[in-house]
Amino acid sequence: MSLKRAEKKEPLIRMVKRDDVSPRRAWAYRGIAFVLALITGGLLILALGHNPLLVYRDMVVGAWGSPTVIRETVKLTVPLLVTALALGLAFRMKFWNIGGEGQIMVGAIAAGAFGFFTADIFPSPLLITLMLAAGMLAGGIYGFIPAYFKANWNTNETLFTLMLNYVALALIKFLMNGPWKASGSSFPKMPMLAPAARLQQVLGVHWGWILALVLVVAAWFYFNKTKHGFEVSIVGNSRDTARYAGINVKRVIMRTMFISGALCGLVGVLQFAGTDYTITEGITGYVGFTAIIVAWLAKMNPYGMVVVSVFMAMLERGSNTIHTIYKIPASASNLLIGIIFFFMLGCEFFIRYRIVFRGRTPAVPVELTGNTGIMPASAASPFELSESEEAGNA
Amino acid sequence: MLDLATTLTMAAVLAGTPLLLGALGEILTERSGNLNLGVEGMMFMGAITGLLGSFLYEQTMVSAGIEAVGFVSALVALVMSFAAGAFGALLYGFLTITLRANQNVTGLVLTIFGTGFANFFGEYAGLKAGGYVAVSSVTKSAFAPLHIPVLSDLPVLGPLLFEYNWMVYFALVVAIVMAVFLFKTRFGLKLRSVGEDPAAADAAGISVSKYRYLATIIGGGICGTGGMYMSMVTTSGVWVHGCVAGYGWLAVALVIFATWSPVRGVLVAAIFGGLMILRMYISIPGLPIQIYEMLPYLATILVLIITSVRQSRKHAMPAGTGLNYFREDRE
Repeated sequence: MSLKRAEKKEPLIRMVKRDDVSPRRAWAYRGIAFVLALITGGLLILALGHNPLLVYRDMVVGAWGSPTVIRETVKLTVPLLVTALALGLAFRMKFWNIGGEGQIMVGAIAAGAFGFFTADIFPSPLLITLMLAAGMLAGGIYGFIPAYFKANWNTNETLFTLMLNYVALALIKFLMNGPWKASGSSFPKMPMLAPAARLQQVLGVHWGWILALVLVVAAWFYFNKTKHGFEVSIVGNSRDTARYAGINVKRVIMRTMFISGALCGLVGVLQFAGTDYTITEGITGYVGFTAIIVAWLAKMNPYGMVVVSVFMAMLERGSNTIHTIYKIPASASNLLIGIIFFFMLGCEFFIRYRIVFRGRTPAVPVELTGNTGIMPASAASPFELSESEEAGNA
Repeated sequence: MLDLATTLTMAAVLAGTPLLLGALGEILTERSGNLNLGVEGMMFMGAITGLLGSFLYEQTMVSAGIEAVGFVSALVALVMSFAAGAFGALLYGFLTITLRANQNVTGLVLTIFGTGFANFFGEYAGLKAGGYVAVSSVTKSAFAPLHIPVLSDLPVLGPLLFEYNWMVYFALVVAIVMAVFLFKTRFGLKLRSVGEDPAAADAAGISVSKYRYLATIIGGGICGTGGMYMSMVTTSGVWVHGCVAGYGWLAVALVIFATWSPVRGVLVAAIFGGLMILRMYISIPGLPIQIYEMLPYLATILVLIITSVRQSRKHAMPAGTGLNYFREDRE
């Protein structure tokens, strides 16, 4: 084959994996993607006949402008953050827990069993402790069920946990219409929680926010400094390696999912006893889904999750403000979240790969990688953990 | 009794059709190896664009002084909703196939985006139209039950088989065409091989990216038409905030229950549709209606468990589904 023909066969654009990804460049790329997303959203706002800069400013002011709105923003952040921690734990194991919604709901229901019916029997601290314990246990069991089948028969957990969400939703509807219906109400709804069963407020927000911050540090410690956390990441990287290393893979899967579900159950209790004081179909506020994106964009890093969840809460809160000021429908937050995350997901590619056009050999920094330049850049270091493991899913 | 059975079946088919369209789109997508959890989002996008397409067509005709034609209006809705679903799927495909983003996360973002997109433009158009968006009776009648001469007049069979709106027959045709395509043509075989084992397909000279793109985009378009059914038939051409509400996820469940087969999908859609409307017709003492709502999901879980315990490859999800394919990372 002549050289010319070979050249012709070379595709116009090629993707080459980067050997080294400097954190600075990674953040620069994310920054660019974020700005591009804001511009895209801004064009939309412009098309609606508003000034994007003013609208964005009012969104930020609407989320942080006064102590009252700050409290509201924090209230939105707490469930998102704790759920992201819970799901992040499962994702590290490459277990796709999409069942956060359901686990939150059963957590709230279990807490409701105590909160609604034993408020007169137990003193307040004991009552709240019981509610927390029941909620976490219920959420944990709800997370354990798909893990049990995954561990033993490799049953698809993405679809399993997804289906369990709707079973829990139907359960809430059932309780709301029948056994737990508020007495004297013509409308199907549950009663309000007795004041003794409600969570105390600290600085105007229920104490769940302190717990959330403690959990962030605890999660970081659990991920990085404990045997359990180590086992989780080994199982996530390769089940076979874990098995060779003598790790009981089945037990790790079931244990981790119990913890993940229990944390989601905790979110259910916090929402129930801390903000809503009753249980409705909307108790989760969709965080079971949005937290998946939070955890993923934070790369399962607990501190990163704080940043992303605060930002997400800000968008949601800010959308309410611009709805009042500009009459822009409040659904704009979902639209904007969608646009921003499409860009953020896309930019990860440009962090991990570089694009090479036809006829240009990628410059391989010889002295850095010790690569002779003959091997393709992606084959330079066979011992580093494959990037695809991070990118793909189990 | 016979009347009740006929009424029930008809209602089940009508309720099952949007599910069938959503599921068919997802079957095609998953057969290519993409687990697109954005069905709900794409259905939402189809629902609003279909409705707005018809609405704007009518408005244009009115301002031009020409009488709107129901058939054209329905065609506009179909094309617009297909395009919107396909556009959502294109975003998903670009991110997962070319940019190698995680499929689950991308699908969820698409759902959030699509939900926001539909409710946003639905509300916005409502404000502009002075209250709410609704199509005129011309378009509505285009989505009314058909009356086929002779066939519709048959006793029992007539109403049971030949008195639905055209979308029902459209969905059936899509199912049959897809079944023939997947299992009787060379391209279908290639598509399935891409979903089962992309590395082997790649080695055999099949372009994995091309097949995945095409299947995902066309699948997304079909999902979009399912959404259009919700806004044009289920809510009779009026935009209702959040009208798709969970149908997209139920369609994902349906795919599993139908074990990735379009023809079984038809049957399962009728069953799921039946479960959803049954509570309005029959009440079984001691069985609350909300428990009915659980049944499709519980049944789906059961199918998942049984197929995995029996390790049935034939009825399981295509092996490559949910995983992106990178040629350079092949083992």
